[in-house]
Amino acid sequence: MKIHEYQGKQLFQQFGVNVLENRVSRTPEEAAAAFTELGGAIAVVKSQIHAGGRGKGTFIEKPEQHGVQLVKSADEAREAAAAMLGNRLVTIQTGPAGKVVNQVIVEAGCDIARELYLGIVLDRANKQPVLMCSQEGGVEIEKVAHETPEKIFKEHFDPAQGIESYQVRKLCKKLGIEGKSVRAADKFMKALCRLYVDTDCSLMEINPLVVTGDGGLVALDAKINFDSNAAFRHKEWEEMRDLSEEEESEVRASAAGLSYVKLEGNIGCLVNGAGLAMSTMDIIKTHGGQPANFLDVGGGANADQVTEAFRIILSDPNVKAVLVNIFGGIMKCTTIAEAIVVAAKSVGFTVPLVVRLEGTEVEEGRRILEESDVELVTATDLGDAAEKVVATLN
Amino acid sequence: MSILINKDTKVICQGITGNVGEFHTRGCLDYGTQMVGGVTPGKGGQTVAGLPVFDTVEEARLQTGANATMIFVPPPFAADAILEAIDAGIEVVIAVTEGVPVIDMVRVYEAAKQSNSVLVGPNCPGVITADECKIGIMPGYIHQKGCVGIMSRSGTLTYEAVWQTSNLGLGQTTCVGLGGDPIVGTSFIDCLQMFQDDDETEAILMMGEIGGTAEEEAAAYVKEHITKPVAAFIAGRTAPPGKRMGHAGAIISGGKGTAAEKISALEAAGIEVANSPADMGAAMKRAIEKAN
Repeated sequence: MKIHEYQGKQLFQQFGVNVLENRVSRTPEEAAAAFTELGGAIAVVKSQIHAGGRGKGTFIEKPEQHGVQLVKSADEAREAAAAMLGNRLVTIQTGPAGKVVNQVIVEAGCDIARELYLGIVLDRANKQPVLMCSQEGGVEIEKVAHETPEKIFKEHFDPAQGIESYQVRKLCKKLGIEGKSVRAADKFMKALCRLYVDTDCSLMEINPLVVTGDGGLVALDAKINFDSNAAFRHKEWEEMRDLSEEEESEVRASAAGLSYVKLEGNIGCLVNGAGLAMSTMDIIKTHGGQPANFLDVGGGANADQVTEAFRIILSDPNVKAVLVNIFGGIMKCTTIAEAIVVAAKSVGFTVPLVVRLEGTEVEEGRRILEESDVELVTATDLGDAAEKVVATLN
Repeated sequence: MSILINKDTKVICQGITGNVGEFHTRGCLDYGTQMVGGVTPGKGGQTVAGLPVFDTVEEARLQTGANATMIFVPPPFAADAILEAIDAGIEVVIAVTEGVPVIDMVRVYEAAKQSNSVLVGPNCPGVITADECKIGIMPGYIHQKGCVGIMSRSGTLTYEAVWQTSNLGLGQTTCVGLGGDPIVGTSFIDCLQMFQDDDETEAILMMGEIGGTAEEEAAAYVKEHITKPVAAFIAGRTAPPGKRMGHAGAIISGGKGTAAEKISALEAAGIEVANSPADMGAAMKRAIEKAN
């Protein structure tokens, strides 16, 4: 789960990580008032969307306007906010459709001496969280990692202990952080590691992390993703979630306990199991088709969930055929067969349907489908299924 | 021979009093697994599926001689249940539970590494040695005793591979569902080592997917240490970057963990890579024929 920069900065403040004073604004007037309240000679108006690259990104409606802008008066703050709010910001991470900016923050300026990068992620190979730093702040860190990996410095830490002071000193040495800034870094990095663990982050990034003229450290940005598995112990996430940032059909699917990702193709897929669902997409492609979605109904899905899955798939106007691929384990083929019959009645299949069933209660499942009057093509195996569903489009 | 579990393995189920735990305990009993009991804190003394229920794993182990456990405990309590099994000295700990917070698994992985227990999972279908012992949720009837050792990050994709190898008459020794989470107890490399040392296993089939670098590490290991034929399939060639594809671990992040990278690493190690999920069994057969 992703959150906005301003929400991330609120968490930073709670954990004692320095951020600049800022105000969330949802109208140009609020942005102008925020500038006045902050009281500085300059401020920065920043679009709030769940994607990076905002500074370089531009708006579809206002191509000359960038997603982040330095302003020097309340009027300029108002104008910048007016150009951003309600418009679609396109960045390298949003895709060509962009994302609508519903809120901006107006943030105080600061005296920047240096810009660094800091991130915390799970190192899957080492099975520990790792804190990563680089002197190459403010630029695309993926590029740095790819082209000059020696410029990224890493320290792993034990979640219970957090990062140790000697590790911070090692990083400071490599980053060229000296003098009283080392003590500031110690407090800063320890707080971040504690935040990463205590709030169940799956990713945290500060780009740039700023060393100020007086030697302090400030998080100029805040990117935080949470580990969805830990949602049961973070009721507060519900309030932080911004549904307008998520694909509508994906929100609907997650409410029904289904794992769904919308894609660009025209063959809808309904599969049990994540690996098999991905493989089904792959084999459709191999046979010359394009998958319209990833959909894993999971092992324990009931008839209602499966029916909802059909509704979601068929609500995508791009879908011209549907492939059902079930290898029953916990999932019984009879559950799927019954759901197909129900969905045919309540949703109505307006596109060709290819069904491949195997596994638990397969014979009974096939019989249910045969005895129903649902129009469908049956397939014997995965290759056959892919071939047949692609053929329906020709 | 086989790996991890066989007909002599004595199994308990943690979470046996829940619907899912009971259902699959019965499924394992039907397959012929020596299920000897279950554990649910506070429900000791009850009987489920004809088996005694205990309050603690320690007690269950002492009373039944269990050396393996199958865990269906819900995510908030799953890490604790795994730690309890490790503490009780259970040799093979199989965690089926999906949705365990990743930070919990950092701690649990470390505890498993320091112990004599082997942890498989979480978020996995379990482990099965054909015709001998099934611990998990896989449909038993698709398995057939044979010569292929199977390991996979995905559940139903494993069934697909099992089904194909059965239909080709190759059959399986042991099938290990490693789990779809970013941190799991047993890796491809751990399994490769075990399969290499197992006399019955003549060939190895692995199913990987996008996310992480476990397949690349496995490829390097195969090149150095494995003399048996190996075939592989990688799911997720068409997966978009930055999206979690069902499994918590199946995500391409920062441009890393793509299917293409994994496939080229596997091919570079001389592994026969199936180009479609319908081709997994056939790829295994090709790898065996090449080796002969």
